[in-house]
Amino acid sequence: MIVENKRTLFWQKLVAHGFMLGFLVIIMFPFLVVISISFREGNFTVGDLIPRNPTLEHWYLAFGLDYTRADGTVIEPPYPVLLWMWNSVKIALIAAFGVLIVSTISAYAFSRIRFKGRAGLLDSLFIIQMFPTTLALVALYAIFDSMGDISSAIGIDSHGALIVVYLSGVMMHIWTIKGYFDSIDSSLDKAASIDGATPWQTFRMIFLPLATPIMAVVFVLVFIGVINDYPVASVLLRSEDQMTLAVGSRLYLNEFKYLWGDFAAAAILSGLPITVVFLIAQKYLVSGLSDGAVKG
Amino acid sequence: MAVASIDMSKPVPLTPMAVVAKALVFLATGLLLFAAYTVYMIGQPLFGVIVTIVALGFLFVFGLRRFYFARFIYPGIATMALFVIFPIFYTIYLGFTNYGSFNLLTYQRVQEVLLSSKIVDKSTAIPFAVAAEGDHYRVYFEDAGAGGYLSDLVALDGSTANVGASAVNSAPEVLLERRDAIKLRKGLAEISVTLPDGTELRNAGLREFASVTPEFQIAPDGNATRVTDGAVFTPDHATGFYTNAEGEQITPGWRTNIGLQNFERIFTSDGIRGPMISIFIWTVIFAVGSVVFTFALGVTLASILQWPHLRFKAAYRILLILPYAVPAFISILVFKGLFNQNFGEINLVLEALFGLRPEWNTNGFLARCMLLMVNVWLGYPYMMLLAMGFLQSVPEEQKKAAALEGAGMLRVFWTITLPQILPPFLPLLLASFAFNFNNIVLVLLLTRGGPDMPGTIIPAGETDILGSFTYRIAFMDSGTQFGLSGAITLLIFILVSIMAYANFVFMRRAANKG
Repeated sequence: MIVENKRTLFWQKLVAHGFMLGFLVIIMFPFLVVISISFREGNFTVGDLIPRNPTLEHWYLAFGLDYTRADGTVIEPPYPVLLWMWNSVKIALIAAFGVLIVSTISAYAFSRIRFKGRAGLLDSLFIIQMFPTTLALVALYAIFDSMGDISSAIGIDSHGALIVVYLSGVMMHIWTIKGYFDSIDSSLDKAASIDGATPWQTFRMIFLPLATPIMAVVFVLVFIGVINDYPVASVLLRSEDQMTLAVGSRLYLNEFKYLWGDFAAAAILSGLPITVVFLIAQKYLVSGLSDGAVKG
Repeated sequence: MAVASIDMSKPVPLTPMAVVAKALVFLATGLLLFAAYTVYMIGQPLFGVIVTIVALGFLFVFGLRRFYFARFIYPGIATMALFVIFPIFYTIYLGFTNYGSFNLLTYQRVQEVLLSSKIVDKSTAIPFAVAAEGDHYRVYFEDAGAGGYLSDLVALDGSTANVGASAVNSAPEVLLERRDAIKLRKGLAEISVTLPDGTELRNAGLREFASVTPEFQIAPDGNATRVTDGAVFTPDHATGFYTNAEGEQITPGWRTNIGLQNFERIFTSDGIRGPMISIFIWTVIFAVGSVVFTFALGVTLASILQWPHLRFKAAYRILLILPYAVPAFISILVFKGLFNQNFGEINLVLEALFGLRPEWNTNGFLARCMLLMVNVWLGYPYMMLLAMGFLQSVPEEQKKAAALEGAGMLRVFWTITLPQILPPFLPLLLASFAFNFNNIVLVLLLTRGGPDMPGTIIPAGETDILGSFTYRIAFMDSGTQFGLSGAITLLIFILVSIMAYANFVFMRRAANKG
């Protein structure tokens, strides 16, 4: 700290870097292995970390292409990975837009409009958001199972049902955006109100343009959250063509049909875009997360 | 803070826009009410009632000017009411019913199913073929002797019809291929053909028609009589099955309220209570362990990254948060493969280095260790990122002063740093505990709860947490026992409520301080 001995400092640095590097080796191990496996022949663990006879077979299959081996046998893709990706992205985009619209408007009202029961409503919504959706899975299944009798577009195995469920998860995001609105100077909306703007106009003309940064954060949060959801999607989606990535990927590691190599390529292909999005956004995401959580 | 306001006293001018808006509100309300009615009719009365409430709320909020402000929050509240709050309570309500694979239908549907159940008289079975004539068809039955019977023209478009048939000497010249005849099976299932001798034949399989009689007759009072032996079955609404005097039950049954039976099963049956207790204990250990280990690791790494003499901080940081950036379902499945005890890379490495092959998949204790390790891997970056933020608020002077007094690095951390970052951390740790308490994604994708505990009535695994246990009861292996699953959900609900409330109080305190 202040009295720093050059010698001890050297050793301390050495220990620190050594610890970091050692730790990183353990942390990175899965990533390295998966990359290696995706280029390895066959679907079982044999061979070294650096593949001896690298092959693009798993990558062809992940992209949905047939692969012809050297001996002439044609391998067909086991699962429609790109279709699953498209399903995930489609559902996530729609849900993220929907959540954004609903939560921004609600957050404005909670932040700027005084109405009766506001504090009580906020408190109860805050408590409700802590109940996980997993508690409601059986009922969601039962409800959408019957809804399927009305129209298959909102029944089991439809993307519509899934989107509706994701749309209902707005509470946390209302909190995040409300925290942001609370920090906006109130003289802005006072001025607007003096000029005769209705609350809706104030929201539309003043708050919405100001909220772009936090809206981007919420959008990415919902997007990633939806893509990562497993429990709800696994209950509501049944057929292979309708599955999202999170539900479908599991099929690769079935005990009776263990496609380790194919899985590795598919996992990198589908995981990479989301990882990149996250890394770009992470600085804002983390501050948004902790702010939204702490600002009661 | 400015208070938004509108002038309520001024009447709204009746512009065409306003009229259109009103009309739209009424139209949307009408649609919602119709949806509610439809939902009610298909056997979801509770959900129908909720939709009705939502529809009326919509009418008031958007139709009346005095609820202007509620328009902003109504959409969010309505979707939450429909698909978050209602489902939780509905799941719990299902805990008081026998809803499950044997009792999936409503009472009305069960009666329909019983009425449509048919007995095929095999002795009358006769192979058939179909001849097309324009867009109509004739069904031809080849008699074992010579010739056969040819039916009158019938549409086979799915409508019910009874047609006569007459004896012919030879088959029609052109008969449809078997494959094409099979395509018509939906239409064939709806028709009956009466032979000249008066026997009525119905489709009984892909190749044959036969004399088919209904298995049950249902009297207006609801009693069902089995045609073959005349046994009378009465609807027993306590169990949700048709039962006769001998206690014989007919499946399927219907969903019905069975009171506390599911709870009695949970609390009295050793095959359920035993595993439940051990699953509960493991859930708490898992959640606490995950929080403690991720927190410890996260704070340690953050402190090292905070050290002014460390170089390459940015590179370390980005690599360290990588586990957080990769979608969790992918990482978990990767670990599932790596930890596979027969052909996973981890055992390969361990065997090469130490000659060990731990049984990650079959040994309960090791499986639990694996679950915790993977969860720490997944969770430490979040704690690290939070800790890096909180560490910055610890004044450097205090640390320096302590160092001047001769305190070592560890001593400074325990007495200066930790006490200062812990209070803002507490609510987040509690939230993390609540999250891991229900972290069913990890369990379902990594172990599916396995290895199974021996001697349980319903499948329960060593690594199952309460949430994954209920998921398995409802949607996996043992058949769908929604009722039992709902009953356990109530127990989890109570636990989560306590946690949610505690978290709420903590947050409140943090907010008041800050």
